[in-house]
Amino acid sequence: MRPLTPRRIAWICAGLGAVLFLIVVFSLEVGAFPISVTDVVQTLLRGAAALFTGRWDTIPPSDKLIVFGLRLPRIALGILVGAALSVSGASFQALLRNPLADPYVLGVSSGAALGAICSLVWLTRFPWTMQALAFVGALLTITAVYFLGRRGGQLDSTTLLLAGIIAASFLSAIIMFLMTTVSGRDLRGMAFWLMGDLATPPALRMRFLFIVLLLAIGAIYTTASDLNLILTGEREAHHLGVNVARVKLVVYVGASLLTGLAVSVSGAIGYVGLLIPHVIRMLFGSDYRLLIPASALGGAIAVCLADTLARTIVAPTELPVGAMTAAIGAPVFIYLLRRRLA
Amino acid sequence: MTPQEETATRNAAPDTLAGWMQNPVRLLVEQASYAYSATAAAAPNFTLGPVTFSARQREIVGILGPNASGKSTLLRVVAGEVKALSGRVELDGRAPGDLPLRDRAQRIAIVHQESNLLFPLRVWEYVLQGRYPYGRRLRFENEADCLMAEKALAQVGAEALTERRMDELSGGERQRVVLARALAQQPQLLLLDEPTRYLDIGGKVELMRRLRRLSEENRYTAVVVTHELNLAAEFFDAIVLLQGGKCVAAGKPEDVYRRNLLEEVFKTPLEVERSSSGRPRVILRGESNDQAAEGDSENAKSEPGGTNKNLS
Repeated sequence: MRPLTPRRIAWICAGLGAVLFLIVVFSLEVGAFPISVTDVVQTLLRGAAALFTGRWDTIPPSDKLIVFGLRLPRIALGILVGAALSVSGASFQALLRNPLADPYVLGVSSGAALGAICSLVWLTRFPWTMQALAFVGALLTITAVYFLGRRGGQLDSTTLLLAGIIAASFLSAIIMFLMTTVSGRDLRGMAFWLMGDLATPPALRMRFLFIVLLLAIGAIYTTASDLNLILTGEREAHHLGVNVARVKLVVYVGASLLTGLAVSVSGAIGYVGLLIPHVIRMLFGSDYRLLIPASALGGAIAVCLADTLARTIVAPTELPVGAMTAAIGAPVFIYLLRRRLA
Repeated sequence: MTPQEETATRNAAPDTLAGWMQNPVRLLVEQASYAYSATAAAAPNFTLGPVTFSARQREIVGILGPNASGKSTLLRVVAGEVKALSGRVELDGRAPGDLPLRDRAQRIAIVHQESNLLFPLRVWEYVLQGRYPYGRRLRFENEADCLMAEKALAQVGAEALTERRMDELSGGERQRVVLARALAQQPQLLLLDEPTRYLDIGGKVELMRRLRRLSEENRYTAVVVTHELNLAAEFFDAIVLLQGGKCVAAGKPEDVYRRNLLEEVFKTPLEVERSSSGRPRVILRGESNDQAAEGDSENAKSEPGGTNKNLS
């Protein structure tokens, strides 16, 4: 009997954080204009120092432009999106009691994408509307899928997945319809964005997005021990003293916010929310008190890595990162599904 | 002392005033009733009650009756999961339904049959969940919680299973682990919904003995929904007999097990005789009169459920 301790969580997260740092350095290094590892580390250290001293002139301008101007924002975006998707996937898996749940598979990403597209088409002047509408779209979709996925008052795992897939295709149809009304120049950008793409920097300051991310993950994390019990059944959780209705509200809103946030800045990147929590479970067990922070870091690692690959394997052109995650994720999804049915 | 003798002496005690002072009524269910409101999908309204019974510390009450007679509903009313429409349910003077969830979980533990796990947990992780109502914030389990979980596993004879995975356990092993989690809650009231359903006859008797023995050690009051007429008569202190949502009898097994009553409730020709311990025993009447009672009562139960719905 070795119960989970905060110390163990801290160690595992520190380890994952170190891996993430290595990947960030690697990702800063490679690209159309390679920079040596020592230069990358030096630039990062000087940049960190410059945050306090304000002396940016110690960094060579070309390195400064490439590292802080071009590559780091994209990596930060990857970290944001990966953490958001992976935590929302883990949350949906617990609440819906379905190991195959994921914002992409459930159609929640499509709902968020539709919200974001609506704001692109009609409300271009206000930068926040894209995130806000993506959140609303995600929340409405998960509500609809939740009720469509019930059979005889009970959540049915197969019906739920079917409801998600149907919702996704229906929403995609509306997105296609809206996109035909957009002029040709924006169309390619939108199509790329829909596949999941980190190339376009968001219109908002990155730090605001990270604050929202941390708030949403923090809110979900307060229910971590409740989610452990909900995994064994809502009724049992209730008998053990869990306020199931409150937990569901917090986590559905939090997970929708995370999905909306990720989709509004990067489009629909699939399978991250499905795969990462599973990998973390296989490595460290399924306790949500560990799973949530570890998934956030794991998702950040995965998306950063996938994006680095996406912009290097066919250089000088780029793949959308969503194509990379889907190419890896879809076969693993099939494997998990088969193993579950077997 | 055999468990039966212990029970006999204990049952005698509360009849005197001194006995009552030592062991007052812990669970009181008085004229409690409940009704399901009709929904679009559901069949006609189901009403339960009024039901009246009470139980002291260390007593076990069996709820018996054909299928769809309201046994599980009564259990939900007692658990405070739904509030009684009329009458009252009190655990040490307070209605379970009015208690905050956390306080309730420290007092009442429920053992359900269907507990399917999404991701494979270790046995110790599962049993530690029983400590949830005692935790704070993120509820990291401390030494005391681990000791309590170990004690609970030892009480059900499942120490050897501690590191096993829940999905690898046999039905009987699983049953013991589920019971251990309930014991780890340190409940005053233990509710069990058909705990013997997936067990063979040996496992059933073993579980009943264990419930009896642990009621002494842990001083809980237990309410058990079961189909096992003979085991209930042998091991429980009181029986509540339901039929079509109505309580047709409640009291000591020897008062409830009357041939005419049981025949009418279960729609099956029966005989009631005394076992060697003096408790009533039900035997199926008919072509195989002299077979062992246990096997026969098995058959007797499976029959009436289907027909009873039309009649009630």
